[in-house]
Amino acid sequence: MSVESVLFYLFGTILVASALGVITARNPVHGVLLLVLAFFTAAVLWLLLQAEFLAIVLVLVYVGAVMVLFLFVVMMLDVNVARIREGYAKYLPLGIVIALVMAAQIVIVVGAQAFGLEFFPRPEALPADHSNTRALGLLLYTHYVYPFELAAVILLVAIVAAITLTLRHREGTRTQDVSRQVRVKRADRVRLVKMDSDKGEQP
Amino acid sequence: MIGLSHYLVLSGVLFSIAVAGIFLNRKNVIVLLMCIELMLLAVNTNFIAFSAFLHDLSGQVFVFFILTVAAAEAAIGLAILVVLFRNRASINVEDMGDMKG
Repeated sequence: MSVESVLFYLFGTILVASALGVITARNPVHGVLLLVLAFFTAAVLWLLLQAEFLAIVLVLVYVGAVMVLFLFVVMMLDVNVARIREGYAKYLPLGIVIALVMAAQIVIVVGAQAFGLEFFPRPEALPADHSNTRALGLLLYTHYVYPFELAAVILLVAIVAAITLTLRHREGTRTQDVSRQVRVKRADRVRLVKMDSDKGEQP
Repeated sequence: MIGLSHYLVLSGVLFSIAVAGIFLNRKNVIVLLMCIELMLLAVNTNFIAFSAFLHDLSGQVFVFFILTVAAAEAAIGLAILVVLFRNRASINVEDMGDMKG
């Protein structure tokens, strides 16, 4: 077996095993950590397919940001695991049957008789000085520049939505409200009182 | 030799595992979101395999956009989850029948 085959089967096995771990983990924290492992192994497979930029993006952005966000939320919420696992055994046979049927259908469609090496020959290895990032950038900033801008807008909408959803105004906290400070009038703050200077105010 | 079908079968198996996970963990919103992430990973692997074997970089551009949208989806989904938990101290799907859909 070539080195590539060894790497593919090794990391493919790890990927499938960690995916199975994600859906069977009793503790959601273990599930998220196994999902991180799945993303890492998928990044290795993407490297085998010469998609270096996306493999690194998957590790840096996806594992580094999105999965850490998952981990934050899972650890922040106090989840009652026993209650949430109700019905797991009940749906186990149905789930396994559906997954097996789906996998069998997919394998029949995309198996070697239609997508084998004789139909799609192995792509020759790119030269050592070929930059996947540069090629992707050249395509992204010319032909796909409009979708790229739309993706930026989607991220902005996501930021606004996430912040407005989780923002809450708590009563009783002393926060500085700049617009109220700017809007204030003299009459709101200063009260002039007429009194005789020599006698003082009688209680 | 590893051909295109190897990668397609692997991502198909991954996708089926994710579907099974949605069936098994239908009470737990966090695991449901994680299963969706697994599905997107399978689809992305498909895209990249086709992109490599067809010598077309557009597949990788699509993966880029899918990653962007998936990150936005995860952020909003988790924000909704946090608000939900704050309001009713539970993330069980069974407890969310208010809209009677």
